[in-house]
Amino acid sequence: MDLELVLSAAALIGLAVLIPALMLVTAIFGPRAKGKIKDEAYESGIGATIGVVDQKFSVKFYLLAILFLIFDIEAVFMYPWAVSVRELGWFGFIEMVVFMLFLFTGLIYILQKGVLNWR
Amino acid sequence: MSLTLINVLAAVIIAIAFVAANAAYLVWAERKGAGFIQRRPGPTENGPWGLLQPPVDGIKLMTKQLLIPGGVDKIIFVIAPVLAMFPSIVSFVTIPFSDTIVAHNINIGLLMIFVFGSMSAMAILMGGWSSRNKYSMISSVRAVSQAVAYEIPMLITAITVVMIAGSLDLMEIVHKQSGGFWHWNIWPFQKGLFNILMPASFLIFFICSLAETNRAPFDLGEAESELVAGYHTEYSSMGFGLFFMGEYANIVIGACLTTILFLGGWDCPFGLFPGVWWFIVKIYILIFTFIWIRWTFPRTTIYSLLNLSWKVLIPISLFNLLLTAGLLKVF
Repeated sequence: MDLELVLSAAALIGLAVLIPALMLVTAIFGPRAKGKIKDEAYESGIGATIGVVDQKFSVKFYLLAILFLIFDIEAVFMYPWAVSVRELGWFGFIEMVVFMLFLFTGLIYILQKGVLNWR
Repeated sequence: MSLTLINVLAAVIIAIAFVAANAAYLVWAERKGAGFIQRRPGPTENGPWGLLQPPVDGIKLMTKQLLIPGGVDKIIFVIAPVLAMFPSIVSFVTIPFSDTIVAHNINIGLLMIFVFGSMSAMAILMGGWSSRNKYSMISSVRAVSQAVAYEIPMLITAITVVMIAGSLDLMEIVHKQSGGFWHWNIWPFQKGLFNILMPASFLIFFICSLAETNRAPFDLGEAESELVAGYHTEYSSMGFGLFFMGEYANIVIGACLTTILFLGGWDCPFGLFPGVWWFIVKIYILIFTFIWIRWTFPRTTIYSLLNLSWKVLIPISLFNLLLTAGLLKVF
């Protein structure tokens, strides 16, 4: 691998992380008042946090995340195809139509199952 | 120190300066725009037309205490705001402002911007999760499901443009649209292609960039009437400042990408004098539209938000993709 490229990428990412991080130095130089009430989570202004934080939430969010994974991989898979779509000819086109029809059937199946039926 | 390394270092510093200046003054523009739309003056006290408001705000944020409430996951809590800011800085390095003004053009620029752009959802999740706060938790779950739902139509509509240009290189994509506004990807007519759905494609991309940057009417993550301030409720001082700047930097990136993919980048509408000023004019028109939409439309609900993406935008964008591929074969 090209050392110069690796170094540049490392410098880029390092600087882009470091400079925002420098702004957090206010944690050291800024005021540091402490107190029982001050150190509590604010939430909505009520002193102590009421209720459990790790509460359950709708399973639909998990299903949507899984659905996202499938479609995201589909989209990423399409990028190399999209770049060379002119060269691939009708064969490549039909291949991709078949692939997309499968995924589209999946989307319709999931919608039929009621993942997006909110109550 | 090699030449590329020095170039990249200079590029990052310029990108950071640009991001910071833009983020600061977009806050001012947003408040002035809000004032204009709601018939009130907006910030006026500091400097002419309130122009000194951003530095004053910045100093105020810097000198405040960075509160870390008891019970939060300290490491994740501190990393999250940095992670919210970092992807936008990296993305700016590959965005071409004109033929020559580009920090470091790479041939998979579009892919790289999407890769780093999707990291901002992670920052929101980390910030909300580590806060130990019910509202932040709900907000981060919402914001992530929104970000992932709108990433797919965004990626797919971008594929349509990539197919027309035949390249992931942002420069190539702009060069393909050069020579007058009738060649831009927003219109049904491109060079050697007639696709009636291209305006719809532009609209989908614009809606997705609104949703990806958590802007109203899609700002479900920080719905202040329901969730206090959402995922950054517990942040104070520059922790909050970084989240805020990250949001505005993302808006600029969204506007830049929309301009490059659909509005011909630095190309002049009439084919004369292409240059960086056209790019700047276009992105600020788009940013003004962002602000305009924010202060005009009421917030949607999370249900209709997700339904819009999964039931409307994704099928249309998939159909448009197939149509474009087929038309590219025919013409």
